[in-house]
Amino acid sequence: MQYLLLIHDDEAQWGDMPEDERNAVYAEYGRYTEELQTRGILVGANQLQPSGTATVVHVEDGKTLTTDGPFAETKEVLGGYYLIDVDTLDEALEWAAKIPSARYGHIEVRPIVMREAEVAS
Amino acid sequence: MQDAFVRAAERWPRDGAPRNPGAWIVTTARNAAIDRIRRQQTLARKTELLARAEELPEDEEAVIPDERLELIFACCHPALAPEAQVALTLSLVGGLETPEIARAFLVPEATLAQRLVRAKRKIRDAGIPFRVPAEHLLPERLRLVLATIYLVFNAGYGPPVRRELCGEAIRLAAVLATLMPDEAEAHGLHALLLLQDARRDARVSADGELVLLDEQNRSLWDTDGIEQGRRALERALALRLPGPYQLQAAIASLHYEEPADWAQIALLYGRLAELSPSPVVELNRAVAVAMADGPEPGLAIVDGLSGLERYHLWHSTRAELLRRLGRDEEAATAYSRALELAPSETERTFLQRRLSAVD
Repeated sequence: MQYLLLIHDDEAQWGDMPEDERNAVYAEYGRYTEELQTRGILVGANQLQPSGTATVVHVEDGKTLTTDGPFAETKEVLGGYYLIDVDTLDEALEWAAKIPSARYGHIEVRPIVMREAEVAS
Repeated sequence: MQDAFVRAAERWPRDGAPRNPGAWIVTTARNAAIDRIRRQQTLARKTELLARAEELPEDEEAVIPDERLELIFACCHPALAPEAQVALTLSLVGGLETPEIARAFLVPEATLAQRLVRAKRKIRDAGIPFRVPAEHLLPERLRLVLATIYLVFNAGYGPPVRRELCGEAIRLAAVLATLMPDEAEAHGLHALLLLQDARRDARVSADGELVLLDEQNRSLWDTDGIEQGRRALERALALRLPGPYQLQAAIASLHYEEPADWAQIALLYGRLAELSPSPVVELNRAVAVAMADGPEPGLAIVDGLSGLERYHLWHSTRAELLRRLGRDEEAATAYSRALELAPSETERTFLQRRLSAVD
């Protein structure tokens, strides 16, 4: 099964972090990603630009409404994700707990809807 | 995985019991015996248990997959809301019908049916595994399983009593204690359930009325059950990791002694209140204090509690203590309030009888 591990954390916290600590966390992310690759679990992963770069689009009566920023004013925002392929939720939860940001924010674990063709392959 | 779930979901509500309960019980008993040998205290006991274990058929063990255990760990998965865990366990492991579960937890049937559908869907779609969790996950997952089993037992303890639920809870607790011989609380829960269950025949009279502990006919106590419960408690205490279930089991065990050591019981309730603070535990401590030191200090504790205004036992305990102090008018008021809040006919009949005595 594939699971999307959504990393939600507080961007301000990253900005306030001393540089050497931030570097240490980045290095930890590097090792984590490498481990997922080595084990053949990793399907995809990306870090997102800060939420200030986000644009929100909504279509109403055929008219496109474009606004700036994320639509919810929450402290924790989506900062990146991992897409992994493991057997069960328990494994997905364990990998989620190993993401460095799990200590600073929250990881949302969402199973992916598998289309029949993908399930068959 | 999905297949396993569908099969389990179809089978358990229909059949309710393992396909081969005889062999299953033998396996459980055998494991329990082997388990006890591992932590044997004396050579004599070791020899006796070895002999007993050898009497059990050898080949039964391999052919009985412990499916219920895997099922209960799936049902009690932390990805499910606590109320969904309990409902699922009762439905899939306990084999209860939806209306029964709804009644036990005072929710509309439609709400419960929907809760079950959603929980099953989550198990399937989120990939909640049907397996006993890996070693490092086990303690946390076990805590959830123990809490759920205790809720199942309490749903069966009544009134109204549903024997099959209590029996189911005891069997599950036994399996867990066997599977996790080093988990003191698993033994503790097993002990607690056995000890509570041992007075099942004495606590409700022939016409269905509740009988207070000190008015119970002792010859109706299940001495084998008490003995089994105490042995389970010994296994728990030997691990020297105290916990709420063990404390409650120790309290239940003391209740069977004649005369009961109320001061010791009050002390254990105090310890329990430290480990898991709750006004209900304090209420029980108040009763023990009243038995040890008289109704006045007991009533002082009861009156100092808040948050139990809608709990019939708070009112009935107050009523009882007021009655013992000769304050009949106040006792009658408190009994009336308890009567309004009592959840079952059996309890209402009981309270009505107490009320008539002071009115």
